[in-house]
Amino acid sequence: MKKEVIISGFGGQGGLAIGKNLVEAGLAEGLNVTWAPSYGPEMRGGTANCSVVLSDKPVGSPVFNHSTELIALNEPSLAKFEAGVLPGGTVFVNSSVVTDKVSRDDLTAYYIPCSKIAEEVGNSKVANMVMLGAYVAATGVLKPETIEAMIAEMFAGAKAKFIPLNIEAFRRGMACVK
Amino acid sequence: MAIVYEKSRGLTDAELHYCPGCHHGIIHKLVAECLVELGLLDNAIGVCPVGCSVLAYNYFSCDMQEAAHGRAPAVATGIKRTHPDQAVFTYQGDGDLASIGTAEIVHAAMRGEKFTTIFVNNAIYGMTGGQMAPTTLIGQRATTCPGGRTAEQAGMPIRMAEMLSTLDGCVYAERVCVVDIANLNKAKRAIKKAFQKQMAGEGFTFVEVLSTCPTNWGMTPLKANEWLKTDMAAYYPLGVIKDNTAEVK
Amino acid sequence: MAKELWKGNEAIAEAAIRAGCDCFFGYPITPQSEVPEYMSTHLPKAGGVFVQAESEIAAINMVYGAAGSGKRAMTSSSSPGISLKQEGITYLAGAEVPAVIVNCMRGGPGLGTIQPGQGDYYQSTRGGGNGDYRTIVLSPSNIQEAVDFVQEAFDIADQYRNPVLVVMDGLIGQMMEPIEWREIPKRELPSKDEWAASGRKGRAHNNIINSLFLDPEICNAHNVRLAAKLAEMEKNEVRWEEVQCDDAELVITAYGTPARIALTAIDILRSEGYKVGLFRPITLWPFPEKALGDLAGSEHVKAFLDVEMSTTGQMIDDVRLSVLGRKPISYLGCAGGLIPSVEDMVEAARKALKEVQ
Repeated sequence: MKKEVIISGFGGQGGLAIGKNLVEAGLAEGLNVTWAPSYGPEMRGGTANCSVVLSDKPVGSPVFNHSTELIALNEPSLAKFEAGVLPGGTVFVNSSVVTDKVSRDDLTAYYIPCSKIAEEVGNSKVANMVMLGAYVAATGVLKPETIEAMIAEMFAGAKAKFIPLNIEAFRRGMACVK
Repeated sequence: MAIVYEKSRGLTDAELHYCPGCHHGIIHKLVAECLVELGLLDNAIGVCPVGCSVLAYNYFSCDMQEAAHGRAPAVATGIKRTHPDQAVFTYQGDGDLASIGTAEIVHAAMRGEKFTTIFVNNAIYGMTGGQMAPTTLIGQRATTCPGGRTAEQAGMPIRMAEMLSTLDGCVYAERVCVVDIANLNKAKRAIKKAFQKQMAGEGFTFVEVLSTCPTNWGMTPLKANEWLKTDMAAYYPLGVIKDNTAEVK
Repeated sequence: MAKELWKGNEAIAEAAIRAGCDCFFGYPITPQSEVPEYMSTHLPKAGGVFVQAESEIAAINMVYGAAGSGKRAMTSSSSPGISLKQEGITYLAGAEVPAVIVNCMRGGPGLGTIQPGQGDYYQSTRGGGNGDYRTIVLSPSNIQEAVDFVQEAFDIADQYRNPVLVVMDGLIGQMMEPIEWREIPKRELPSKDEWAASGRKGRAHNNIINSLFLDPEICNAHNVRLAAKLAEMEKNEVRWEEVQCDDAELVITAYGTPARIALTAIDILRSEGYKVGLFRPITLWPFPEKALGDLAGSEHVKAFLDVEMSTTGQMIDDVRLSVLGRKPISYLGCAGGLIPSVEDMVEAARKALKEVQ
């Protein structure tokens, strides 16, 4: 098993965080993982993407031209990275922001209204958790329990009140692809 | 027979290489005497510059580091921050401190680094053979301004003590000279005070010593002393420039 | 011990603290700024000293001061900043002061780009500053190695009283990967009391840190002694890794990120039946000249492919000096922040093999 995932969006949309969540959960499940960000002079607002590898073998290259999945949080990301997805790959589109559709017919596409669901759950900041849920449900590469345990750990202590919110967002995301 | 004079034990027995009439030897002696009298010699680390006093590590009888040109304040920062209980000083000339090392001295002063800088200003590059320094006076001849320094070509000379005094981290700055006994005694008091303030942890301390360079000025030592008093001191006024403990007038 | 996920730059800062780094002097520059940021928070908590210097020049000279007075000192920067540090590095080497310098390389020349590069190979391995000296150059190709090497670098520096460089490309500093905190090999380290200018405190002699020897005879003798020390390092410290070289017809030579990209390329090439291996110098200086020469002399190796993040290659000169014309060497490289792709490497390897068939 080897997943090479591109997660891309505007800076501040939480794309890099989705990548970090994936590698943290992958590590917890004993996978070999790498997370490599694009980095640029703009701190916020520009496009930001990261490359994530989840593999049952040691990871060679942490960067790649062809991804098994693409998570596109904004339109420029879909335009830029769709062509690089491997045939038979999967594209996750944040349909609250992106109105374009995936143009290739050899890819599976999921349109997840991340921001809309996040607002329904009660906080627009958990949109990335919605997307994470969709990815986990669609690929089956990570166990939902692992993610939920990670959320509990992430918000331990004073921030514990955010745990139910994040878990709810994650589950709503999962439900989108079932 | 009573001993009426002896060399400070703050200096080694090495023979000084300085030219006749140069003030470096006297200034070395004052620094060494202050370290001995304050009981700091065994807990002192000096940093010497590039310039005429490049060999000062052979003369001071304490641990020493030789710095790259202008970097002594950075080297001293590294030493003092990791050895806060030691008396740390830099000994720098005008090319070293006021030209290539301005960034280092300004930022050490800004940070209020708790070491003492002895700045020997003789208004010329001595070691390299008499080129113009940032402190060379207007009209003064040097090998890179043979017709005399002009403001149009090289700007006005820099007054380091005044400039550093504008920084809050600099708690003490005084300009002195050693041309006669009265001034020499003042100079020693200033150097001692600087070390005392350093050891009290007050901040950055700076003593600028106007000095002669008879060789490169093309003067006899006596004429050089005279020129220092008349011309140099007129542009670089002697006295306390800043003292955080001075009474408010 | 459980694996922990770390960002490269933060991991090397933590590694330095664990190695007993007493002080860190730095200056912000992308892509290494997480090192001083991490140090500013965590080093003082561990009892150490952090100073943000006014420039890279000041930072390396603070290192010189602190290390010359016997402390474990470190600085880090990225390519243009490392150029500025060369003055201090030659003084460290000349005055025999141990210190650790991390270069998180970006593309050049000049300001270049903030994206990863490997254009500082010559500067790192040929001394970099003025005069006859070298620094041991450790080159990690993943974060585990980065943390191991940074910890070892302090010991190696102390053992030889010489600066040690840890040179990695910006991607290793910026990426995240799981690591383990593991024991590094113990070394016998000499005491610093005899030479460190830390204040006499009752000592009979003055300790002087200096690289000035005006008398040519004395300066020459000093250089001869330094050269003997460098020869010791060459004998004891050379490191490299060989992957699937036993039957390889084509050997890829690469270090840092391109070396790990080569691992993926080799998997693909092997699955297609091509016999390809990787020779990865771990110490860029001393370069594993003999080991690579032995490979060049072996019957099964037909050709070499050098891959670097550099337009025409820099390490390739050391590869040539090791291969000595016995086998053809081809080159794949890109600069300016681009990273060679797996696909390009596979293609270049196929081509190199075709040429010798």
